Amino acid sequence: MIPRPKPERFRLRRTMMFMNAQKPGLIKDAYIYGVDSIMLDLEDAVAENQKDSARFSLYHALKTIDYGDTEVIVRINGLDTPHWQEDIRVCVAGGADGIRIAKCESAQDVKTVEEHVLAAEREFGVEEGRTLLMAALESPKGILNAYEICAASDRMFGVAISGGDFRKCMQTKFQPDGVDMLAARGQMLIAARAAGIQCFDTVFTDLDDMAGFETEVRQNKAMGFDGKSLINPKQIRLVHEIFAPTEKEVRQAEAMVSAFREASAAGIGVFTVNGKMVDIAFIPGAERTLKLAKACGMYEGDLV
Amino acid sequence: MVINHSATAGTLESSDALITVEPGEGGIALDVTSSVMNQYGRQIKATVLETLGRLDVTDAKVTVVDKGALDCTLKARVECAVFRSCDKSASDIPWGGVIQ
Repeated sequence: MIPRPKPERFRLRRTMMFMNAQKPGLIKDAYIYGVDSIMLDLEDAVAENQKDSARFSLYHALKTIDYGDTEVIVRINGLDTPHWQEDIRVCVAGGADGIRIAKCESAQDVKTVEEHVLAAEREFGVEEGRTLLMAALESPKGILNAYEICAASDRMFGVAISGGDFRKCMQTKFQPDGVDMLAARGQMLIAARAAGIQCFDTVFTDLDDMAGFETEVRQNKAMGFDGKSLINPKQIRLVHEIFAPTEKEVRQAEAMVSAFREASAAGIGVFTVNGKMVDIAFIPGAERTLKLAKACGMYEGDLV
Repeated sequence: MVINHSATAGTLESSDALITVEPGEGGIALDVTSSVMNQYGRQIKATVLETLGRLDVTDAKVTVVDKGALDCTLKARVECAVFRSCDKSASDIPWGGVIQ
């Protein structure tokens, strides 16, 4: 029995890799890839007549396999299916770090899942509030209601867009420049930031087009995403590289945070570092850069 | 639990096992074939019997075709096959009770 540490609502989530919870060959050693989070899937990857079997497999994987620092999230079936309630029970009983709500369209969807999660925490003697939630927006309605969804619960750590279903609803298809989902990505990012939670982009499905993948990940980073959903281990390294800060950014952030701490102790509010004005407004961003740098092995100091 | 009708769970993929349970003829009759029989045959039988014991299955014919499954996978497949044989696999599973 592997006791998992209490999940952190805000942690580094550059990469979130989907795996079919029904396939023992995949999930038994998923932690070796160095992905930030794994997403064990009870939804689309699992055939309709294997939903029961996938839950048994998931339960024992959660209880037996030591995933270490890799976060373990489970994607449950949609609220319009007969499966989601038992999915929630097994996630909570097994001690998953979080649950991804598929096809989320309203704050009420989040609240419905939250009620069942709380009931399951009580049923299985799990600490109340332990199980985190994230929502996948897969429809125009989900995008339009993004803010109320993001702000619906204290358990919510993030929101993601699901490209396949969304493009279908919008009667468009994948475009290399991302114009097909530009508005949706933008609206979701604004909602997530307004609610103070993280935001993740959709999967890139053409595993042979690594150049196209790189273009999309660079755009994700430029738009302000926290991370990306992945379908294959070979996509991990590139995302980690692109999301890593540059050496110069790390040095500047380090100088800013350390100068800020000295200045505030001396009662100074605004000052300059390497010729740039710095005040308190710059510090959360600089601290985030240092945390990211630490995770990427680029910073070993003790400022964060 | 009483095996009402025959049921299977699992696959023949690597790291998995295909388990079939059928109503017994008095007692447990266990048949195991495995790609790692020489190394792990006894361990596989012990895990399957222990799982059946936890589920209080005392009368069943159980066939295991193992493709190198870990213990946790064997347990999951045996439990699922038994719950399916009673048509109880879809909901209200006693996670952390007899399933552990």
